[in-house]
Amino acid sequence: MMSYSAILPQLFDTLKPFTKPGFQLKEQTELVAELGLDSLQVMQVLLKIEDHFDISIPLNNLPNIRTVKDLGEEIEKLLKG
Amino acid sequence: MSLFDKFLPIQEARNELLKSGVNPFHVTVEKIISPTEAIINGRKTILVGTNNYLGLTFHPDSILAAQQALAQEGTGTTGSRMANGSFASHNALEKAIADFYGAPYAIVFSTGYQANLGVLSALAGPGDTILIDGDSHASIYDGCRLGGAEIIRFKHNDVADLEKRLRRLGDRSYRTLIVVEGIYSMLGDRAPLAEIVEVKKKYGATLIVDEAHSLGVLGQHGRGLAEETGVEQDVDCIVGTFSKSLGSTGGFGISFHPEFELIRYTSRPYIFTASPCPSVVASTRATIRIIQTQPELRQHLWTNSQNLYEGLTKSGYMLGAEVGPIIAAMVPNKELALAMWQQLLENGIYVNLMIPPATPNGECLLRCSVSAAHTHEQIENIIAAFADMSHGTQTHISPAHVQPGATLN
Repeated sequence: MMSYSAILPQLFDTLKPFTKPGFQLKEQTELVAELGLDSLQVMQVLLKIEDHFDISIPLNNLPNIRTVKDLGEEIEKLLKG
Repeated sequence: MSLFDKFLPIQEARNELLKSGVNPFHVTVEKIISPTEAIINGRKTILVGTNNYLGLTFHPDSILAAQQALAQEGTGTTGSRMANGSFASHNALEKAIADFYGAPYAIVFSTGYQANLGVLSALAGPGDTILIDGDSHASIYDGCRLGGAEIIRFKHNDVADLEKRLRRLGDRSYRTLIVVEGIYSMLGDRAPLAEIVEVKKKYGATLIVDEAHSLGVLGQHGRGLAEETGVEQDVDCIVGTFSKSLGSTGGFGISFHPEFELIRYTSRPYIFTASPCPSVVASTRATIRIIQTQPELRQHLWTNSQNLYEGLTKSGYMLGAEVGPIIAAMVPNKELALAMWQQLLENGIYVNLMIPPATPNGECLLRCSVSAAHTHEQIENIIAAFADMSHGTQTHISPAHVQPGATLN
């Protein structure tokens, strides 16, 4: 079972292509507000993350995911089943 | 900070639109003349954005049936079927739509939107999962939310992505509802239903098809994509609307599962709303008879669709899908789309302006919906109006102007 601490670096790697040059991703980085992603890009990011971790993130849970940390914790929860 | 402050961005967006002199999302039809003509801004206008696929809104049989029902049964039912009782005509409409599909069970709802809310929310609740196509109509999203099931989206028309997500569910796939549409309303493309049925069977899931835009359009008898694909027996439920090909209002669900009948005791959008008024029920029953006895309407629709599709393609437009009654011309940006929409209207052609977030992939679309009632001359006029813009200096558009990402699905 993958822990949050193991998930986080992989999450940073997956998110990196969606950041502007020089942007430093942190756990507290806000996915929409700070990365400046529009709704289409958000869906692209999610698809990439879902395939990377082989999970499906329910739409019901998206309103609670604001930061990288929220996303990492959601992935951890889904991997636990 | 008041409750109303959240509307400020909407107000700004609306004011921006109004600067162009017209609001494309608040058009007034001053006088409706026929299924394909109206007076808008004092001008006679060809309507090619109404979803009136078979052009039945003025059919004399339907109008007569509605007039008789109005005189005999009154203007409304003043309440829900559960509280006030069903009129005999409600039951007759349910039998008519069930017979049309050759299915034993049918439930009628007051609108197509409510049909999705009512069926989806009743079928999948807490502990269940719904897999929906990413390009689903808002009523599908809302119906899923109302039921409280876990909602997972799969990539539009991507069966491999759907299968991947079913696999990830493990044993939960047996309590999973897959929702797809016969024809998708924005681009006019169809679900790959044969492949979806195979995947659904492999994982023991349940499949519902929304035939809102395909009823009366696809299939030998006009029953939609499931009929056209030859998989009606493998689709668990079909939902649809009376407000497009059938020219009235209301919605329905049909199924071969006996438990489907019980939805009427659990579905809030069925229970807590006024039942369809008698004139609407009567006109719908009439148009169900018409589409069964006049297959030539579908032939007209497809001839018109083919002609418009070819005409717009020859004029250099990139279109959203294969030939069909929904023909969406892709435009590179919102400003150009608005200018072109306005120019079409000034030239007496009404189409739908579709812009994000209502559209897939952030597309800007000039969406046409063809009708069997369009004359050859009207189709030629529509093509000419589009062609004028493609050759104009201000709004020149060609496939080369379309973003690489603006691909077909």
